[in-house]
Amino acid sequence: MSRKERYARELGCGLDKVPTGIKGLDEITAGGLPKGRPTLVCGPAGCGKTLMAMEFLVHGAVQFDEPGVFMAFEETAPELAKNVVSLGFNLAALERRKKLLVDHVRVERNEIEETGEFDLEGLFVRLGHAIDLIGARRVVLDTIESLFSALPNPGIVRAELRRLFGWLKDRGVTAIVTAEKGDGSLTRHGLEEYVADCVLMLDHRVINQIATRRLRVVKYRGSVHGTNEYPFLIGHDGFSVLPITSIGLDYAVSSERVPTGVPRLDTMLGGGGYYRGSSVLASGTAGTGKTSLAGAFALASCARGERCLYFAFEEAPSQIARNLRSIGMDCEPAIAGGLLKFRAARPTGQGLESHLVEIRHLIDEFKPHAVIVDPVTNFVNVGGAEDVKSMLSRLIDLLKSRQITLMCTSLTAGGDNEQQSEVGISSLMDTWLLVRNLETAGERNRALYVLKSRGMAHSNQVREFVLSSRGIELVDVYIGTGTVLTGSARLAQEARERAEALNAQQEIDAKRHAIEHQRAVTEAEIAALTAKLKAGEEDMKRLTNGAAARAGVLAAEQAAMSKRRMADT
Amino acid sequence: MTRKSTPKPAKRVGRPKVAWNLRLYVAGQTPRCLQAFANLKKLCDEHLPGVYHIEVIDLVQNPKLAQGDQILAIPTLVRRLPTPVRKIIGDLSNTERVLVGLDLRPHA
Repeated sequence: MSRKERYARELGCGLDKVPTGIKGLDEITAGGLPKGRPTLVCGPAGCGKTLMAMEFLVHGAVQFDEPGVFMAFEETAPELAKNVVSLGFNLAALERRKKLLVDHVRVERNEIEETGEFDLEGLFVRLGHAIDLIGARRVVLDTIESLFSALPNPGIVRAELRRLFGWLKDRGVTAIVTAEKGDGSLTRHGLEEYVADCVLMLDHRVINQIATRRLRVVKYRGSVHGTNEYPFLIGHDGFSVLPITSIGLDYAVSSERVPTGVPRLDTMLGGGGYYRGSSVLASGTAGTGKTSLAGAFALASCARGERCLYFAFEEAPSQIARNLRSIGMDCEPAIAGGLLKFRAARPTGQGLESHLVEIRHLIDEFKPHAVIVDPVTNFVNVGGAEDVKSMLSRLIDLLKSRQITLMCTSLTAGGDNEQQSEVGISSLMDTWLLVRNLETAGERNRALYVLKSRGMAHSNQVREFVLSSRGIELVDVYIGTGTVLTGSARLAQEARERAEALNAQQEIDAKRHAIEHQRAVTEAEIAALTAKLKAGEEDMKRLTNGAAARAGVLAAEQAAMSKRRMADT
Repeated sequence: MTRKSTPKPAKRVGRPKVAWNLRLYVAGQTPRCLQAFANLKKLCDEHLPGVYHIEVIDLVQNPKLAQGDQILAIPTLVRRLPTPVRKIIGDLSNTERVLVGLDLRPHA
């Protein structure tokens, strides 16, 4: 059992369902269309009913081994084949393999004259024959309302149609019946009364000059289903409803950090940079340097050998490259090395869903590690803020599930609500950098701070954001005595402080000299006194020695004298 | 399997020489189909004596033939000759309309 069948079984709610094979539709209908019952697909002209019905049959034949019969009341078989070639369906091949049968029923009003009671048994015979011929399990009747315009008696047609749907049910084939939208009712001739089991409505609306296709499950008896309007696209490979199936919030996260391209910013983010796979928003008023930040991130990514995809919705890639070069960032090597790819377009060129499909297509093709969308706020020209937020949340889900880091820039209107981005997307972002202009003393300087960064200890300090030919630098703002100084005021203050420091240093030097001089003088005095003391001691010694010598001489003379005088003793 | 009914090849005095080729599509032997055939026979005998040729095709037996003449309603009478091809649906009970449809009488 395929994944789709298992899914259908799980959510089947007791009802057997037939998967359509159309991307996204099986998810909305929780498994597909009701098995063995007719489904009504209605909508205005040109909304894609025939294509959807044909895709239902083709997928049935190719993917689910259920042959199908297409009863065409409006187009001929060759016309149909040609129309679906653009979707990549080869009807001729399928017909050869007896997987598909296209039968064109031509009804011309002016050829038919009613002359009494009749029924539509001929149609039943044809349909039955076609079904038996290839063993069909799926049938499409497109557009059965043609019968009403061709046959003169609507009462009989209505009765026969009721009989037909019962007959289809008895035969157990799953049928799609297409009908034109009526004024004030789902279909022009009230088919929704008989085909009551499942009704899908397609719509092709133009809002703000952008056309969007939408689909809605109006009714689905016996089953839970998505009840909203879902945008869909008809692309190269057929229908896609909800081009990106929003899988929800279930994906793995990484703790790895990627550098931002500005070393001090890495430090402000707790060391290391953004988390890989996170979403980053750089917002600010005009001219604050958001694109420069984005460029720095792109080049940092390329410098590590990781591919970066840059979606530019405002400026041409050559202009961005030139502007980055003026601040010392050269994109050429990265582009030449195939690591950096620019993709520029005006948002108003196509609808939001088409943008999303294209973005996804490019991501699948180029497989980047980082994606930059610059700016995101231009999309409000294409759809309302709610639609843009929905589209962005789906894009973020897609990128997070693939661990691709996303950086968006957003233009804010300035004034007091700088912290409220125009599209209300800040809650979707993990890291939010705010760049603002500070106007003081006749000049404007840029300041950057990290408003929020989930999951990391980030700095709460404001840094001055300087763009120069050396690149992006973050400089401490001067905060003294409660004022924030940036730009020339900061430079003046810094110069003043340097001068003061120099003064202080000089004073210390002078004092040191004085003390040393004093010391030298004192030492000299000490030396003189010591010399005097020594001289006195010498004298004393000489005196003592002299006295001792004289006493010795005297004693010796006396002894000698007494010896001469031959003393009687 | 078809049933053919040809008239006796006799008097053609004052009648148009072009043979009328009529095909009646039915689905089984329902009362309506039998009624249609009876009505048709009566009409032809009355207005086209000797120049008509009716072919009855039962789609239950030959479903493939429904595609050729693009038959939806049953019963359907197709005038194949003289050209142009005309299609008349119903049990042919409204003779006026049948004649208009077969172009045997100017439109009322």
